[in-house]
Amino acid sequence: MAKRLMRGSHVLGEAAVRAGCRYYFGYPITPQNEVPEYMSARLLEVGGTFVQAESELASVNMVIGAAMAGARVMTTSSSPGISLMQEGISYLAGLELPAVIANVVRGGPGLGNIAPAQSDYFQATRGGGHGDYRTIVLAPSSCQELCDLTVRAFDLADKYRNPVMILGDGMMGQMMEPVEFPEMQELADLPAKDWIITGAKDRPSRALLSLLLTPKVLEDHNYKLVRKYDAVTRTETDWEEYLLDDARQVVVAYGTAARIAKGAIKRVRSMGLKVGLLRPKTLWPFPSEPLKRLTRVVRQLLVFEMSAGQLVEDVEMAVAGQAQVHFYGRPGGVVPTPEEVAHQISHYYYQAGLMNDDARAQG
Amino acid sequence: MNKIFTKPKSLKPNVMHYCPGCGHSIIHRLVGETIDELEIQERTLGVPPAGCAVLAYNYFDVDMGEAPHGRAIAVATGLKRVLPDRVVFTYQGDGDIAAIGTAEIIHAANRGEKVTAIFVNNGTYGMTGGQMAPTTLAGMNSTTTPGGRDVARDGAPLDLTQMLATAKGSVYLERVTVASPKHIRQAKKAIKKAFQVQLDGLGFSLVEVLSPCPTNWKMAPVPAYEWTLQEMTKIFPLGVIKDITGYDEK
Repeated sequence: MAKRLMRGSHVLGEAAVRAGCRYYFGYPITPQNEVPEYMSARLLEVGGTFVQAESELASVNMVIGAAMAGARVMTTSSSPGISLMQEGISYLAGLELPAVIANVVRGGPGLGNIAPAQSDYFQATRGGGHGDYRTIVLAPSSCQELCDLTVRAFDLADKYRNPVMILGDGMMGQMMEPVEFPEMQELADLPAKDWIITGAKDRPSRALLSLLLTPKVLEDHNYKLVRKYDAVTRTETDWEEYLLDDARQVVVAYGTAARIAKGAIKRVRSMGLKVGLLRPKTLWPFPSEPLKRLTRVVRQLLVFEMSAGQLVEDVEMAVAGQAQVHFYGRPGGVVPTPEEVAHQISHYYYQAGLMNDDARAQG
Repeated sequence: MNKIFTKPKSLKPNVMHYCPGCGHSIIHRLVGETIDELEIQERTLGVPPAGCAVLAYNYFDVDMGEAPHGRAIAVATGLKRVLPDRVVFTYQGDGDIAAIGTAEIIHAANRGEKVTAIFVNNGTYGMTGGQMAPTTLAGMNSTTTPGGRDVARDGAPLDLTQMLATAKGSVYLERVTVASPKHIRQAKKAIKKAFQVQLDGLGFSLVEVLSPCPTNWKMAPVPAYEWTLQEMTKIFPLGVIKDITGYDEK
């Protein structure tokens, strides 16, 4: 199929429709308004349903209802709106309901600003709502990947009966790139769901609930969730490796920051610095194992993110003191330049004497 | 022997947990009878509230889906939009529908969501132990209005159903009570009509049921029923609040 030049927000919507999403409930918030605008028109064409809710709270609870009825359903928002949805996301996890939620992150905390940021990493990967639960979090870094991961988000949500979050930012929402879309998914081909509520015809009535008043029963439910999260971690952890073969220093970055990091790495490579990139594509489950393996040969990591330092904690936990972990980040919606990041890379590279190692290796 | 009175088949044979004299068990029965009489058990979906009726899925023998506190009508909206040929009802208390869920109910009514809300108004937060509700009467004692609800401090009782009448998408709104056999019969008629409105696809319908809470009102059941009729109906008058169904003209 021919590639189409499209804006990220529209890619997200189109990919969702092609994945079989026919229900969208949302509330406008910058910088993701193009998603509900796109869905309001596109779902009309395919016989779907768009409802502009009165709030993010209402949106996410409409999502709960639609998921209970077996639909592929999505909502999208940006940081302050996602905060409001956290109650519903906790319920989605507790009720084991599949749904896709995209967070087009803006600068925070509070109202913050509408510039691209990565400051919702903790909220996305730690839960944000109450209780012991995990949200699968996917972090695309191009429009094509946004398309691919959106389709994957719906498949993962159904496979594990769990909410899946796509974590992007305003840059990704606004940028335009050529994208090759998959064929429209035939709804009849989607896996059947035997747990949904559709009216108790020819079977006993069913209740979907997360209220489990007996502590032991709730504990059992939580352990069941833990086993599910373990299975997700074993099976679905995903990352990209870029120029790692001979790398002496590794940059860890995701999403928009990873694109900037690639530009920076090209620069320092031209100067002879052996630097590679490890880019998590799933932020939860986090690619801890590949990072741990890297520490056998790489002693220095630079975590780069558009926040005051959140991803860096996961990296530090993964390497468990077996490598130096440096951090460079800028919060508040400031997008660093590749030059800036290249400067940071070379600063730590020289400081650790890696240049001398390179020279020795060359003999 | 010819059996002339039995439990509705839309109710499970479970013993209800409600306190002696509580109106929920009566209202459950009326909803169950309605589902039976309309022969919609196989295509009815219920959304219980947070609150005393949170366990309603133990009693209604229909598919049920739980909602967070106050969000029942939003969950119902999602269900109904996916399954437009099913019957979807919420069962919500005054805290659920008239405090934390006020935004959701007003906008669902305004959009004319084709769902039915059963709004049980007992003027108190029953499950959490008798704190003030939006519907607590002026001067009425609660655990958070010692000495009685003071309108200057706490605001006046909120008439949610009256507010919903201004929403263009609400089609049928009636306030009833279960405080006497006569009123129970009237409540049944209203609930059945509200479900019929949904079956006919006319728009949003809601029945507010004034219901006694002897435990938190600290009254014996009989005085609580009398108090419901005598005092609550002064502030929340019984009757049809809005009806643009056109049924009577037929």
